[in-house]
Formats: sequence, structure tokens, C-alpha cells
Amino acid sequence: MTDTALASAPSADPARKGRMIVYVVALLIGLALAFAPFLFQDVRSNQVAARICVFIVLAASYDLLIGYTGIVSFAHTMFFGLGAYGAAIALKSMGPGWDAVLAGGVAGVVLAAILAVLIGVLSLRVKAIFFAMVTLAAASVMMVLASQFSDFTGGEDGIVYSAPALFKPAMKLMTDDAGKVVKLFGVSMNGKIAAYYFVFLTCLVLFLALMRIVRSPLGTVLEAIRENEMRAEAIGYRVVAYRTSVFVIAAVIAALAGTVWAVWLKYTGPDTTFSFAIMIDILLMVVIGGMGTMVGAVIGVVLMSLAQFYLKDLMEAAAQATANIPLLPDLLDPDRWLLWLGLLFILLVYFFPAGIAGTLMKKGGH
Amino acid sequence: MSKPAHIAAMFDRIGGVNALPVVLMIIALPLIGSFSSWVTLTVAGLAMGMMIFLMASGLSLVFGLMDVLNFGHSAFISFGAFIAASVLAWLAAWVGADSLTLNFLALFAALGAATLFGLAAGWFFERVIIKPVYSDHLRQILITIGALIVSEQIILAVWGGSPIPVPRPALLEGSFVIGDVAIEVYRVFAFFLGLAVFIALTLVLNRTRIGLLIRAGVEDREMVEALGFRIDRLFIAVFMTGSALAAMGGAMWAGYQGLISGALGGEMMILVFIVVIIGGLGSIEGSLLGALLVGLLGNYVAFIFPKLALASNMILMMAILLWRPWGLRPAVGK
Amino acid sequence: MSDYVLRLDDVHTDIGDYQVLHGISFNVPQGGVHVLLGRNGAGKTTTLRTIMGLWRARSGAVVFKHHDITAMHTSDIARLGIAYVPENMGIFGGLTVQENMRLATATGGFDDGRLGHIFELFPAMEKFWDKPAWSLSGGQKQMLAISRAIIEKRELILIDEPTKGLAPSIIRAMIAAFEEISRDTTILLVEQNFLFASSLGRNVCVIDDGRIAHSGRMEELVADKDLQTRLLSLSLDAHQ
Repeated sequence: MTDTALASAPSADPARKGRMIVYVVALLIGLALAFAPFLFQDVRSNQVAARICVFIVLAASYDLLIGYTGIVSFAHTMFFGLGAYGAAIALKSMGPGWDAVLAGGVAGVVLAAILAVLIGVLSLRVKAIFFAMVTLAAASVMMVLASQFSDFTGGEDGIVYSAPALFKPAMKLMTDDAGKVVKLFGVSMNGKIAAYYFVFLTCLVLFLALMRIVRSPLGTVLEAIRENEMRAEAIGYRVVAYRTSVFVIAAVIAALAGTVWAVWLKYTGPDTTFSFAIMIDILLMVVIGGMGTMVGAVIGVVLMSLAQFYLKDLMEAAAQATANIPLLPDLLDPDRWLLWLGLLFILLVYFFPAGIAGTLMKKGGH
Repeated sequence: MSKPAHIAAMFDRIGGVNALPVVLMIIALPLIGSFSSWVTLTVAGLAMGMMIFLMASGLSLVFGLMDVLNFGHSAFISFGAFIAASVLAWLAAWVGADSLTLNFLALFAALGAATLFGLAAGWFFERVIIKPVYSDHLRQILITIGALIVSEQIILAVWGGSPIPVPRPALLEGSFVIGDVAIEVYRVFAFFLGLAVFIALTLVLNRTRIGLLIRAGVEDREMVEALGFRIDRLFIAVFMTGSALAAMGGAMWAGYQGLISGALGGEMMILVFIVVIIGGLGSIEGSLLGALLVGLLGNYVAFIFPKLALASNMILMMAILLWRPWGLRPAVGK
Repeated sequence: MSDYVLRLDDVHTDIGDYQVLHGISFNVPQGGVHVLLGRNGAGKTTTLRTIMGLWRARSGAVVFKHHDITAMHTSDIARLGIAYVPENMGIFGGLTVQENMRLATATGGFDDGRLGHIFELFPAMEKFWDKPAWSLSGGQKQMLAISRAIIEKRELILIDEPTKGLAPSIIRAMIAAFEEISRDTTILLVEQNFLFASSLGRNVCVIDDGRIAHSGRMEELVADKDLQTRLLSLSLDAHQ
């Protein structure tokens, strides 16, 4: 019975296998992040792991927009930045404490939500493509404001502050009888560990919340709208209202990710939050990973983060090897890694618009 | 025809939205206080507006005709600026010469090189980048952004990351002085160049057969095909023209700034988008109107509240979107 | 066979994932008005759009005179001598009446004889010659759309529901105009208004659910009330 069913549908098999691969990879990434402080015991790796956690949330919330709703926004880093600056300004002015994180985070999130409603209502009713332009304009204005109102934001230099006491490296989470920090598998149970798990757990919760949203009835409606806007409208879905609410949800989650990022980094500046380069990173992560899959975001973020380190090394070597040829070393300069990534991106959008996860999961499908 | 639409048509006939730049100028005068500053700012605003118009008009037409929004448009602006800077640096002897003819030749070569590059790059861009993804907005945005990333990286690889100076031909240096008012020659030149392009575009659109086809295509491209015309051939011509104008605008902007860096394209793109949204996609008159408003407002606000210069354009855009979601002068039927 | 202007042979057309035409075959002989009748959504408009190349047939053939136009580009089909008047009339509102008509000429110049003839048929066109087309009334827009289709000699005109939303007096004028035009041009008309269709049509095809439900001479259908009720009850209910 089972055999014949499988034999009669040979196309389902690679698709199922592809889905398995994707989920296993995502699970492995999740496990690696969960035990990152124990697996990779140096400061830099810890930093990379925390960045990956935050960017997974950021990219997944962006996927909610671009992949599930089919709207392209360039304001995602603006919301991310609002959450980060909210926490940063509060931590700077109120001193390191959870009250500051809460107050700043809430302020940032509320502001992000208000702006999202405003932008959504103003431009989502006209045309999706308008929306892309409006968000781009809004994001760049926010960036300029952040650098000009330097009394608040520290301008181009950004803000340096302290995190709550729990996260200070001197904090002892577990002590032995002698009052010294306990080491588990060679890792000191100090504030750094607490900070990492604060990042990991909040990001995990946010990511699971996003997974829940796309599996909910709302997710189904969104896909209906993306597939056929006019028909969805005819069936009676209020397309603009749905789109705006998704835009707000994505903005709020991005702002929360920003708050977490600010607490971890203990520094907030235009380059770590608002910059257009980060926006492009997120876009590349989601498209490379696979739009409309959520797990694709996980894979995209990890790949991009690794590429940022290893591709550069590779190019460094290639640039030195071709040092005598004109122009080529310039193009192979590690700073030009985006050039190659951009080309890769174009080819990907042409030939594999579903991205890595999407292509694997749909392989052999209809 | 409904009554509100009729009133709106009347409003348009007596000037309507076209009078907005003039209204803005009049409001600005008392706020600025000094007449000579006002003249300087107004001239700067008009010149800037005309340069932005050059950059924006092509984008708007391309969108109107084919529903293609090219996020890589700013690459043409950047390339135009850098190519013009290189040509002017290469012709440094002519640029600095005490001869109007040589000055003029250098200027002509710089603008010409930028424009020709725009034509060629536009052809390549349309055929290779955009054609495969017609009618798929999401992939269109993604692909053109990919192309933008690559173009910006090529500019960084070729011209380096540090700002480069742009020599200005001697004939465009200095100012006209009338009483206590000084008007920079370059600004006057930029204004008239933009005006000339606007008039030329308007004539082509309204007086020629190809213009007739473009105006019809903006409204209903399917019907133009059903009447026996190949809209794709029309489109590539428009795309190339738009790219060439963007490159020319970039070249003019390079001379205006005197110092350019790789960030130029991105910065201008924001203004271009705001202009196109304000003016209404698909219309040349709308682009001009939006560009003049953005140029004037930017200069006035930079003088009165320096910190709000760019934000002011954003606020202007929001206000206009609230008032007219399709922009001030969208192409009919859109 | 060769005296047919247009021949459709087992044409299937999909729109997206939906199969709209499930094998349409009919012949349009030279001259006169020929009518496609059918309910809303039966596939009449899709048939016209497939002929015009605006939607592609998945299988089957569309033959115009001796040319297989199934896979041809819309503009090339138009250049063979087929004019198309879509349901929304396809008027360029921002262009003047003159510019709308000029676009439909191959060279941009008018044949004075034909133009005079059009002005006789539709005096409003001369009156509003330099007015923008958006300022015309619905009936005048329809007249402009038809004038545009006949400003040059065409072999075949495809017209989609020209009477939709028009006043009875204008419909009567349309009937006269169509009779006049069909003397030297073949017209393929999509209609829901049976009275209008029956007063003009020579042959009729009834399309239902993407298939030909009936085809024959118009007088037969007019005479056979039972057949009418069976084929057209729905559309007759909806349009008196």
C-alpha cells in the first residue's frame, strides 16, 4: 500500500527529501546557536553567534513582508534602529537597568508601530511599487535625522552605554564555595553567558512567534492576497488593512530585535542599525535563503554571515595572486565582496527565485 | 463627468498645482527676510530642481510606459557624474584655458560622454537586466537592486572610495552680480539646460508620432499594440533616453557639487523618488513640478531650519500623498 | 474554405491556471456582421483576445485568410488588417479625438474620403475633433472607438459589446452604422444584447462555458424561440 503510493508519486519524494534537508539544517543551526558559548569559546565567535540570532529575527520578520505578503519595504532597518536607539538613549540617560531597557524598548516599539501605520495607510493603498519608494525615502530621512540630532543620538559616533548589571562580565551567575565563578565545560558562568542567552532566548521566542503567525489563518489570508490581489479583494478581504497590519507586525518585531541588539552590543550607531548596507544584507539574506519559507531566513543569515568572513579571505588571496593584472585586483579586493555577491544575487533571482530553501523544498513539486 | 472632477479640472486650468512652486517662493520671501538671500536661494533651488528633473523624468516615463520601476536608475546618475569628472580632469588644459571655445568643448565633451554612456548602459540594462522580468514587480525590484549593488561596486573599484574633485570649465565659474544680488553662472546654466530638455521632451511628446505613441502607451499599452505598434521597441527607446538624461543630470550635479563620492547616486535617488512620487508617475510635467518643489523647498529649509532640509522633502511627500495619492500630475488614466 | 476571412480550429486558451476556452471552432465568412453570443464569463471576450494575440492559445489554430496567426505578435496581427475594439473601448483619454484616430493610421496621414465618410456616419467626431477624448460621452467614445477601427481599410473588425451602457437611441444609430460598415468589411461582434445582435447578425455562434453551444444562421435562431430560451435564457433575463 505504502509502496504503491510512493511509486505512483515519484515527484513527492525529492520534495519531501528536500524539506527534510532544510529542516535538519535549520535544526542544526538552532542547536549550534543554543550551545554556541560552549562550542566556540572565543569572543569573536560569540559575537558572530549573537549577531546571527538577531539577524535571523530581523530577516524572518522581513520575510513576513516580502515573502508572505509580496511587499517590498526598505524601512526595515529604520524600525530595527528605532528599537535600538530607544533602548540606547534610555540606557544612556537613565543608567543601566531593566527599567531603562523596558522604557526605551517600549518607546522604540511604539514609535515604530505608529510610523508603520502611517506609512502603510498612506502608501499601501496606492500601489505596491509606490510603497517601496516611500519606505526608501522614509528610511533615508530617518538616517539623516539620527545623524543630525546628535544631542540625542550621538550623531555619526553613536551612543556607548552599559548594559544591565546582570550582563556585566564581572557578574557571577554561579559561584563555588570559595566564591569563585563556576566553570561548566570550561566556560565561566558569568554575565557574558547571561547576555548571550538573553539574546538567544528572546530571538528564539520572536522567531517562534513569527512561525506561529505564518501558520495561523492570517498567514493563509496573506498568501491568498499575494497570489491574486484582485480576487482576494473580491472575496472580501480588506487587502490594505491586512497589508498594513502585517507591516506593523513586522515593524514591531524588527524594533524588538533592535532593542535586543542594542542591549547586547552596548553601542548603538547609524552603522550598526540604520545603514542601508544592513538593509541590503537583510534583503540578500531573505532572497538567498528563500522567500516565503521562514526557515530560509535562518539559512540565508548563516550563509551570508559566514560568507562575509570567508569570501573576503578567498578574495584577499585571489587579489594577491592577480596583483600584476590591471583592474582585476581592484575587482577582487576583499572590500569588493559585495560586487560578487550582487552578481550572484542577480543570477539567483533569475534562475532560482525561490532561494535555497524554497528550491530544495519545492524540488520535484508541480 | 462628476462635479468634483469638474471642479478639479477647472482648478487645473487656472494654474492649479502648476502654481505651487510660485506659491512656495512667495511664502519663503518673508520667512527668509533678506531679498538678496531669497534670490540666491531661489536660483539655487530652481537650478537644483532642473538637475533633479533631468534625473527623474526618465524614471517616470519608463514607469508610466511599462510599469517598470528601476531601482538601479541611480547607477546612471553616478556613472554620469564620474565619467564627466574624469573627462573634465583629462581635458584639464581646455577646462582651465582662457578660451571660451576650449571651455565649451570640454563641457560639451563631458556632458556628451556621460550622455552617450547613459544611452549605451540603458540599452544594456533594458535588454539584459529588465527584459527577462517584465511584469513581475517583485523580481524586477530585486534584480534592479542587484544591478545597483554591482554598479556601485564597479564605481568604487574604478574610481576608488575617496571623494574626487570635479574641475569646472572657466566659463561657468563666477557669478552675475546685479546690485547686491549674486547669481552663480553655473546655476543659471543648469536651469536653462534643464528647461531646454523639458521643452525638447514636451515637443517630442506632443508634436511627433513617436511622442503620440508614448503618450498613448502610458495610458494603455495593450491598445497601442492592437493598433499595430511594437511597444517593446518604443520602450527601449524611452529607457535609453531616460538613462541618458539621468547620466546628464549626474554630470551636471557633479559640476554643481565640485566634489563627488560614491554615495552620490544613493543620495540623489532618494530625491528622485520623492520627486516622482510627488509629481505622479508617468508624466513629464509632473516630474518638473515635483523637482522644482523639492529643489526650492530643500534650499529654503536648509537656510531657515538647516537640520530639517531632507526631512522637509519627506514631509512634503507625505502631505501630497495625503492630498493626492497619485501625485500632483499623474498621466491620465493611471 | 478560402472564402472564410477567419477560421478558429479547436482553440484552447488558459488564463493563468484557469482553462477558459475548451476547444472553440468556427468560421467567419467574408462580409457582413457575425455574432458571438453567450452569458457573462462564457469566453466571448477571451475568444476575441485570443484572435488578437493578446492572450495565447495553448493549442488549436487561428487562421486569418491564409495566415496562421496563432502565435503572431499582436501588432503584426493588427497590421494584417484586423482592428480590435475592446469592451472598455480602448480610448486614449489624454489624447484628442484627432490624435486617437491618427494613431490608427499606418502612416500618420488621413485619407480624406474615408474621413469624410466617418464624419457623415458620426458627426460628433468632426465636432469634437480637437477635444480630449476623456471629455466625450460614453456613446461618443464608442463612436470614436469604431471610427478608429475603420479609419483605414480593414479586412476584419472585432468588436466587444459595443452597446454596453448605451441609450437606446444611440444603439439605433450604431445599428445603422454597422450596417453601413459591414458592406465592405467583415465584423465579428460579441454581444449580450440579443435584440441588437439579431437585427444585424448574419451568422451566430453561442458560446457557453468555453465551448461552442450552437452555431448557425441568425434567422434560424430568431425564429426558434425554444432554442433561444435554451441557449440564452440567462442572458435574456439579465438584459430584457
